[in-house]
Amino acid sequence: MIKRIKKELVIVGGGPAGMSAAVAAYERGLRDILILERDNALGGILRQCIHNGFGLHRFGEELTGPEYAHRYIEKVLEYKIPYMLETMVTGIDKNRILTAQNCKEGIFEIEAGAIILAMGCRERPKGALNIAGTRPSGVYTAGTAQKYVNMKGYMPGKRVVILGSGDIGLIMARRMTLEGAKVECVCELMPYSGGLARNIEQCLNDFDIPLLLSHTVIEIHGKERVTGVTIAKVDENRRPIMDTARFIECDTLLLSCGLIPENELTRSAGITIDRVTNGAVVDGSRETDVKGIFACGNVLHVHDLVDYVSEEAEICACGAVDFIRGQAKGEADINIRTDGKVRYTVPRKLTEIKDTTLYFRVSDIFRDVRLTVKSADRVILSKKKQKLAPGEMETVTISADVIREIKNGEITVSLEA
Amino acid sequence: MCYNTDIKEFYYIRYIHVIFDLISIEVDIMHDICIIGAGVVGGCVARELMKYKLDVVIAEKMGDVAMGATKANSAIVHAGFDAKEGSLKAKLNVRGSKMMEEYCRELGVKYKNNGSLVLGFNDDDRETLNALMQRGIANGVEGLRVVDRDEVLKLEPNIGDEVVAALVAPTGGIVCPYELCMAAVGNAMDNGAELKLNFPVTRIEKTEKGYKVYSGDEFIEAEIVINCAGVYSDDVARMAGDSSFTVTPRRGEYILLDKEWGTLVSHTVFQCPSKMGKGILVTPTVDGNLLLGPTAEDISDKEDTSTTASGIETVKRMASRSVSGLNFGGTITSFTGLRATGSVGDFIINCKDGFVNCAGIESPGLSSAPAIAEYVRDLLIESGVRLTPRENHISKRKPLHAFRELSNDEKNEIIKEHPEYAHIICRCETISEGEILEAIRTNPKPHDLDGVKRRTRSGMGRCQGGFCAPYVVELLAKELGCDYQDITKFGGESYINIGKTKE
Repeated sequence: MIKRIKKELVIVGGGPAGMSAAVAAYERGLRDILILERDNALGGILRQCIHNGFGLHRFGEELTGPEYAHRYIEKVLEYKIPYMLETMVTGIDKNRILTAQNCKEGIFEIEAGAIILAMGCRERPKGALNIAGTRPSGVYTAGTAQKYVNMKGYMPGKRVVILGSGDIGLIMARRMTLEGAKVECVCELMPYSGGLARNIEQCLNDFDIPLLLSHTVIEIHGKERVTGVTIAKVDENRRPIMDTARFIECDTLLLSCGLIPENELTRSAGITIDRVTNGAVVDGSRETDVKGIFACGNVLHVHDLVDYVSEEAEICACGAVDFIRGQAKGEADINIRTDGKVRYTVPRKLTEIKDTTLYFRVSDIFRDVRLTVKSADRVILSKKKQKLAPGEMETVTISADVIREIKNGEITVSLEA
Repeated sequence: MCYNTDIKEFYYIRYIHVIFDLISIEVDIMHDICIIGAGVVGGCVARELMKYKLDVVIAEKMGDVAMGATKANSAIVHAGFDAKEGSLKAKLNVRGSKMMEEYCRELGVKYKNNGSLVLGFNDDDRETLNALMQRGIANGVEGLRVVDRDEVLKLEPNIGDEVVAALVAPTGGIVCPYELCMAAVGNAMDNGAELKLNFPVTRIEKTEKGYKVYSGDEFIEAEIVINCAGVYSDDVARMAGDSSFTVTPRRGEYILLDKEWGTLVSHTVFQCPSKMGKGILVTPTVDGNLLLGPTAEDISDKEDTSTTASGIETVKRMASRSVSGLNFGGTITSFTGLRATGSVGDFIINCKDGFVNCAGIESPGLSSAPAIAEYVRDLLIESGVRLTPRENHISKRKPLHAFRELSNDEKNEIIKEHPEYAHIICRCETISEGEILEAIRTNPKPHDLDGVKRRTRSGMGRCQGGFCAPYVVELLAKELGCDYQDITKFGGESYINIGKTKE
């Protein structure tokens, strides 16, 4: 029989979400906590994000990724919150039994009072993009290249084209330039960038790296190592316009084409996944539809700023602690729908009557619109928004009083002229 | 003074080398057999011949085994109803298909007898299905029957709307082709065969005793040469003076879908064949993915394994006709394989003056490979080679996926001794450091990232190595005793890093 231990709260993932949740749960008085981290140190993806810009909202100062992580690592150590490193969770079931493994304990099980899922996300790889051409070395996701450069100290290449203007791609455009590589251009399939405005300014414009909107890579060249790529402009249906095709010589193609929440464990527990976010469907306390299992951070939906991840993790930790202490929810049962312009909201459900902030992203660039919340065709909340962009996460808070007014157990969040 | 010593030492070492070179040329080992090409055919032939007291060396052009057609094909064990009655293809396919399950069991290779369907979309197709069935019966394929849509739906609920009938072949199966090849070569090596990688054959010289197979200035001398060179088998034959056939690379593009879609069909689902091949199929793989393809296009470049936008579109369109509910958002990767299509219309397997051709081994080459090996053995016997069974022959091979298939308790027993089996490197496929190290140390040993991937599945999952590659590179560098930056993706100039930062 394999060993089984009991824990009140088990947190899967020791990145910013997992650590923030652990610290918040501790500060709410919970002591029997365990963080399980698959890497050899706490900090998650922040460890390789050595650029600054983290923590402006939370700490009022510009920190690097490792510095931001360190603030929470210090708390974890100060509170003596137990954690296991190089520990991989391989399964979770509906009854909150986790299967995990590491070199010291072998394969073991944990019976958890509550579980917080904080596994983060991964990058969309080349294969998923179906780019035609050869399959040489020299094609990396931006995050993998970031790991080679920042963590391992090796250069993946010296002449670079970047496909996709997600934030990691923009950051890597600057990083590769600073490390002596020539970044030829950043191609973005959409007519706008999915990255933060400040990153376009600081990572591309400041280094004269062209951002080619409505462009994509249509072919990869090179037998053993990349020798170049063919790029082309795309039409409004995102199809390449062949007579705009041109060859760019390079030895490296970096991909920054979207992040995918890592929800294999979530699925194994039978939790419902939202088709838009690829994360779990959760209520205001970030509880999934499997009792006692919560989710926060990039595993729930991809965030633009780590500050919001910490914020969400704290909400999530409160929910988990309340659950462990047997506090009932369910005074409300409201589904949140969106109109497509608003792509999704987190949470997707409201189960409590209390002030609740909805986090959302939009599908295109919108100017001078009203963010509107309707219940049974009646507007219950309306807020003017000057500019909304897909790359930036937005929020709107619904007060307890407004929630009381909701009819038919459903609201719709939309953008109106 | 110091300088002089160095010079002296230098010349001394040179001198010693020259002497050794001379000696090695003089007494250079005369092998019994040199197999050219370490694909699935070369591998199975080597395994077969190592059952006997023979000294076998395998010469492979690339830095790893299974790098040609073996690496990229449909991974199907065909039942054997396609090939023309009386052809070598028909005979060896049916025999190979019958051998495959036991063959894979011995070698620890994943095989599944999932059965296959050929779909018919109209009345013409129905006639084709009946003709295929008759041909299959003539070829000795068991259990064939043609069924109507209702029956097809019972077997495969996600079948396309246009399907009116299907030929059911219960003996059809699936296997991992590169795993089969690696296991066969590995087993041959466990019995003493030698594998020479990065040995592209450039010239073949007939000698009194046999042949000298050259790669540049280097050569292997053997009494018998067996040509299993895939798309290059016509070139190799020509080097030995045989210009009786040519081989055309036939490009086939594939799409591999995530395991999430691996159960959309349980059978291998074909469409009616044409003269260019068996059409686009949809099949589960032994590892639980869904594979779609291939297209069929004759090309001239034997190295062109690029994918094309139009090819991938064709695969999507045709596959969607067979099966409803395909989601191409679940694409893991797309790739291209080159089948070695011979000019003769059948497998070209013959023996003359100690030179054996196994050429034009296109589909059903994988299904036939174990039977081709037996056939070659018999050709050798016919030509007067005396085969004595090898004493202490090892017939089985421990698979690299053995650990994965243990129960948790059994795994814990191993982890106690070897904790590295608990340290997960590849998250998507849950592959441990222990399994990766085992693969790096097992014959035939990998030397690059893709080699580790094919052996362990590390990097084969959803993130396509985004997370694990930097760690696997580290393990490889450590095990091979080289620098981090020396590790390649698949040999040659396919470097992963070009040097240190700040240099």
